[in-house]
Amino acid sequence: MRITITSVLVHDQAAAERFYTEVLGFVKKHDVPMGGDARWLTVVSPDNPDGTELLLEPDAHPAAKPWKDALVGDGIPYTQFAVDDVKAEFDRLRALGVHFTQEPTDMGAFTTAVLDDTCGNLIQIIQMH
Amino acid sequence: MGDVDDDDVFKALADPTRRKILDELADRDGQTLFEICARLSSKHQLGSSRQAISQHLEVLAAAGLVHSRRDGRYKFHHLDTGPLTHLTDRWRHRDTKET
Repeated sequence: MRITITSVLVHDQAAAERFYTEVLGFVKKHDVPMGGDARWLTVVSPDNPDGTELLLEPDAHPAAKPWKDALVGDGIPYTQFAVDDVKAEFDRLRALGVHFTQEPTDMGAFTTAVLDDTCGNLIQIIQMH
Repeated sequence: MGDVDDDDVFKALADPTRRKILDELADRDGQTLFEICARLSSKHQLGSSRQAISQHLEVLAAAGLVHSRRDGRYKFHHLDTGPLTHLTDRWRHRDTKET
């Protein structure tokens, strides 16, 4: 068994596509109409185009919003991405207007920061030492 | 902070996990519950549950040592050292009475 796709629940797929590609720097892999406005929309890392895909999945289910709001309220990230240098990513993303709920923090074996993906989620970036 | 009982402050400070929370808020003020939990588990190997940390924060808030602030969709916890100021004055300066 392998993990080929994981997902984040986004309230606007077009906005999510812009944020995850233009701001975070992922590249679009699949974009398939799914009926109505919904798309099967996935992105991958440019460093690993055949690696795990991130599905930008509509959050239309009524349980999604209270769940996401509760996580965000306590600062809990929905998922985590690895970076080589958290501080450098923090500086780059903040210059692009990205809001962080946790600035780069040295936790010993790793450094993390937590950003707002503008689609209703917090995302943690992590650098292992 | 005149409405906070000294007893509440001493009780809040009696617990080592709560003192660590204050240490971490002193390191950087204004943290989410997630960041406080992450710091306690990764830096101090304190594997308390999120609910337990939340309850510790309530005790610290009742003692006036922590204030929680909502900022849009996020909630941040801030250190307030105000209640500590007069805590030991009654022994160091004998004209100060216990309140």
